[in-house]
Amino acid sequence: MSAYTADEMMSIAAARELKDGVVCFVGIGLPSEAANLARKTHAPGAILVYESGAIGARPEVLPLSIGDGELAEYADSVVSVPEIFNYWLQAGRIDVGFLGAAQIDRYGNLNTTVIGDYRTPKVRLPGAGGAPEIAASAKEVIVMLRHKRRAFVERLDFITSVGHLEGGESRKGLGYPGAGPVAVITDLGVLRPDPESRELTLTALHPGVSVDDVQRETGWKLRVSEDLETTEPPAREELEVLRELKARTEASRKGAGRITG
Amino acid sequence: MDKVVDLREAVGELVRDGISVALEGFTHLIPSAAAHEIIRQGKRHLTLIRMTPDLIYDQMIGMGCADKLIFSWGGNPGVGSLHRFRDAIENGWPRPLEIEEHSHAGMANRYVAGASNLPFAVLRGYVGTDLPEVTETIAPVRCPFTGEQLMAVPALNPDVTIIHAQQADRKGNVAIWGITGIQKEAALAAERVIVTVEEVVEKFEPKPFQIVLPSVAVDAVCAVPGGAYPSYAHGYYPRDNTFYEEWDGISREREKFLQWMERHVLEVEDYASHLKSIRKEEVIKA
Repeated sequence: MSAYTADEMMSIAAARELKDGVVCFVGIGLPSEAANLARKTHAPGAILVYESGAIGARPEVLPLSIGDGELAEYADSVVSVPEIFNYWLQAGRIDVGFLGAAQIDRYGNLNTTVIGDYRTPKVRLPGAGGAPEIAASAKEVIVMLRHKRRAFVERLDFITSVGHLEGGESRKGLGYPGAGPVAVITDLGVLRPDPESRELTLTALHPGVSVDDVQRETGWKLRVSEDLETTEPPAREELEVLRELKARTEASRKGAGRITG
Repeated sequence: MDKVVDLREAVGELVRDGISVALEGFTHLIPSAAAHEIIRQGKRHLTLIRMTPDLIYDQMIGMGCADKLIFSWGGNPGVGSLHRFRDAIENGWPRPLEIEEHSHAGMANRYVAGASNLPFAVLRGYVGTDLPEVTETIAPVRCPFTGEQLMAVPALNPDVTIIHAQQADRKGNVAIWGITGIQKEAALAAERVIVTVEEVVEKFEPKPFQIVLPSVAVDAVCAVPGGAYPSYAHGYYPRDNTFYEEWDGISREREKFLQWMERHVLEVEDYASHLKSIRKEEVIKA
């Protein structure tokens, strides 16, 4: 077994969350990496949907942006942006929405809009994109982000996308069809909402990580499951496929746009 | 009627100071050449509209063309921040930028309402987020049939929409294939429409996932090969991911940005000379 990085463990743990045949709405970056890893290992029948309009995309390399040509080239269909959001997402055809974020709170609410005050921001982030409606309408949501104290905050500077709002049954009152976040996968472990309070609870540690390590990078008093598990380390095949995917992506990125016919 | 005109002429005539302009493209077919023409002609006080403002919006904002931005995601895809966009919002440089911020679903539906000549669109979203607090153009509405509480967003009707496409004929029919994003809705929602194209052809060949925007919806067609660079034109040239990465360094500091714009945008004739000046003309060979 070759050594692996914390980021690789995170992608592999996230990929394992996707069942074969799932219809998955994929954000760019880490979620796209994990979703394509799943498709190339245990979930060859996963249907990946990108907000640019590609349905059933089968990229050979990871797209740098959400609308790369790679996505349309090998897709089952390519539809317009209003169709993706109205006929696919809002209509309830998405099983899993896969999101990243700059900040997350204990109920899985997400901020991708601004750090600091909205009108006089310390850092202006890109904004909502497709996330609010993915968080609203996908049947389940999986969130993926690196576990850092500045990301796991007591209080969000801005709620861009709703998770379990204030916990308990509070999300239900919003009238959204989706169940909200079911898992948060980080480079340190896995958090899942408590069935009643909906507060994110540490349910698994990646190998070599301690509860203290996770608490240190979490901005609130972390709940820890009584049945805390250790994540199965990456299998050889998972690591090989992930590294191949990243190597192909790197090689293609260096060449893209600079090659002449 | 022949709708083929020079880009300089089309922008000069249709893009007036103070109007609202949407230059749409969802990663694919971004109308970069038209944005440079707007900058070169020194347009001012524009309300810029775009779901995904990217490099060309960073450039127009940094060059002081815009008073307001209506958008849903402002970043350099896969790279990080748009530094000129951030500098305008965080520090008011080179001028304060008013923002009206939505989600993608909200923006897409606003264009659909605009294209349908309806005053607003309805969607299931925004509830529980902080967006309705900071954006006045989001308001609750009740379904008159079921009583369900939903959100309404007003129609978007840009004074001018500009898109880039692969092909057009001389009459102004426009063929777009690959990822077609929001271009059709943005065009049909607008008062006037400029389309830059890779080439003007006699006849369209069928292509996968192709749409045709009929000539009645188009005011001007401008042949600008390579006009979407550094984004891509499916069937013509790939996205230059490296340029997106380089833009991060070019745009980070005000001085360096201004010098780059001076050298590669203001001092060149047109997009062909721009491409030459950044020494990537070989990329555009079809």
